[in-house]
Formats: sequence, structure tokens, C-alpha cells
Amino acid sequence: MAFAVVAIIVQRNLFAVVVLSGIYSFLMATVLVALDAVDVAMTEASVGAGISTVLLLGALYLVGAEETKPMHRPWLPLGIAVVTGGMLVYGTLGLPPFSDPNAPIHTHVAKRYIEEGVRETGVPNIVTAVLASYRGYDTLGETTVVFTAGAGVIALLRRRRRSREEEK
Amino acid sequence: MRNYLVLRVIAKLLIPFMLVFALYVQFHGDFGPGGGFQAGVITAAAMILYGIIFGLPTARKVIPEWVVETMLAAGVLIYAGVGVAGLLLGGNYLDYFVLDHSPVHGQERGIFWVEAGVLITVAGVMLKIFYMFAGRRREDPDQ
Repeated sequence: MAFAVVAIIVQRNLFAVVVLSGIYSFLMATVLVALDAVDVAMTEASVGAGISTVLLLGALYLVGAEETKPMHRPWLPLGIAVVTGGMLVYGTLGLPPFSDPNAPIHTHVAKRYIEEGVRETGVPNIVTAVLASYRGYDTLGETTVVFTAGAGVIALLRRRRRSREEEK
Repeated sequence: MRNYLVLRVIAKLLIPFMLVFALYVQFHGDFGPGGGFQAGVITAAAMILYGIIFGLPTARKVIPEWVVETMLAAGVLIYAGVGVAGLLLGGNYLDYFVLDHSPVHGQERGIFWVEAGVLITVAGVMLKIFYMFAGRRREDPDQ
């Protein structure tokens, strides 16, 4: 994964960058499988490596595949990125250790989901039970977000097409 | 890419299995990994593969634009409709317990419809975005 990231930064050919980020997504999916998060891994593999690669390739067809040389050295963005990353790493130091059973996230409602989930919902997969039943409102919101994103893309791209037809 | 024989044959072989796998992910999501979102993306991916191999006009013939746009809204409406059905049957909004005689069956039914809504919206949005991007022509820089 580190190799893929470095190659993405160094590469000037955007086609290679898109393919490399697809590879990165697949590697990330394997990491998630190793962490037993199979649902997330599935999403990562299909969305990150599949659909977004296709969409980026479609965008590349429209804009051309060569990245232009930057006009000046990007020191300020680099500094901001390093500082933000450092702060995030500093923040992780305050988290409870990995797989600590007494961590706050495991003591609130997770216990009830695991113990009562099958009996209350009849669905053995806890992820599905939590997503669709216990957290039904959140998933409704997510679906609305996806819908809004699609509607936004339609609104943006369709208006451009119509305005060009008016120019002609 | 219509003229590449290998790609066409392989795509024709693969797409039915991709769609069946999407259905498996959708309906087996109660027991194994998966659910509406993943199944929707896999469905859209199968259709996008079809569009890439056989050309966008053919894909538009198989799933016309108005179907995709209807799917966009229909999924959210199904999801919200499950909530309203819960209201009408005397529960709270998005309360599945009232959808059937036994609460557990009601839960299963509610989850089924909710996941179906997610599947339809996600597949519709992905397909629509693909149609939108792939349908555009490269702008001529000289003009």
C-alpha cells in the first residue's frame, strides 16, 4: 500500500494514477477483511476499486491524461497536511487500546445489539440488524444523501448540455 | 469496444453471474456480509460493464434513462414508505414490529423492504452518474 501511495504521488500520468488507486482500494479491502469487517471490505472493493475507477477513467477521457507541472512548490499545502496528520496521530494516542473490551464504544449500546439483536430482529448478521433496524433513521438519511448526490449530478451536467445547445 | 470478441464473450458470460451475485448479496445479507448498498453497487457495476463493452446506446436501450431516474426516487420512497406503513399500522416511524403478527417477522419484513429501497436508489444513482459522464463528449480546446 505504501508503494502504491508513493507511486501515485510521483506519477504524472493520470491514467496510471487511476489504476494505482484502484490497486490501493483492493489492498485496503484485504486489510478490512483481515480486520473482520467484511461488509466494509465489500463496499471498498466494489465502490473504491470498481465504480470510482470507471468514473475517473470517464473523467480522464474528458480532460486528458497528462498532469501539468505545478507552477510553484507546494510548501504551504504540504505543511498543512503534515500538521493535520500529526494532530490526528496525536489524537489517536488518547484512544483506548485496540480491542479493549472496556472502551466506551463497547459499553454503551453495542452490548445490547450483540446480545439481543438476533432475538429482537431475527437477523443473524449484526451489521444488517444495526444498519436497517436499530439505526434505521441513519440509513434513511444515508439513502437520501445518495439520492441527493445523484440529483445534484443530474442538475449540474444536464444544465451544461442545455446551455450549449442554446449557444448553437 | 464492440469488435473485441474475447471481451464480448467474457462479458456475456460474466454479467448474469454478477447480477445473480448481487441478488445473493441482497437477500443473503441477513445472514452473511452484504446488504442493499453493496448489492446496488454490484448491480450497477454489471450494467456499467455492459455499457462499456457494448456501447452506451445499447445500454440505454436495456435500461432507459427514465427507468434509472425513477429508480433514483423510488428507492428513497420505498424506504420512507416503510416508515409510513409503520405509522399507519400503529407504531412509530420506521418501527418494524407492527408490520407482521409476530414482532420478529415484522422486523424481517421491514429490513427486507428497507434494503430493497437502498438497493434501488444506489443502483440508480451509480448508473445515472455513469450515463451522465460517459454521455459527454470531449470539449475541443481550439474552439
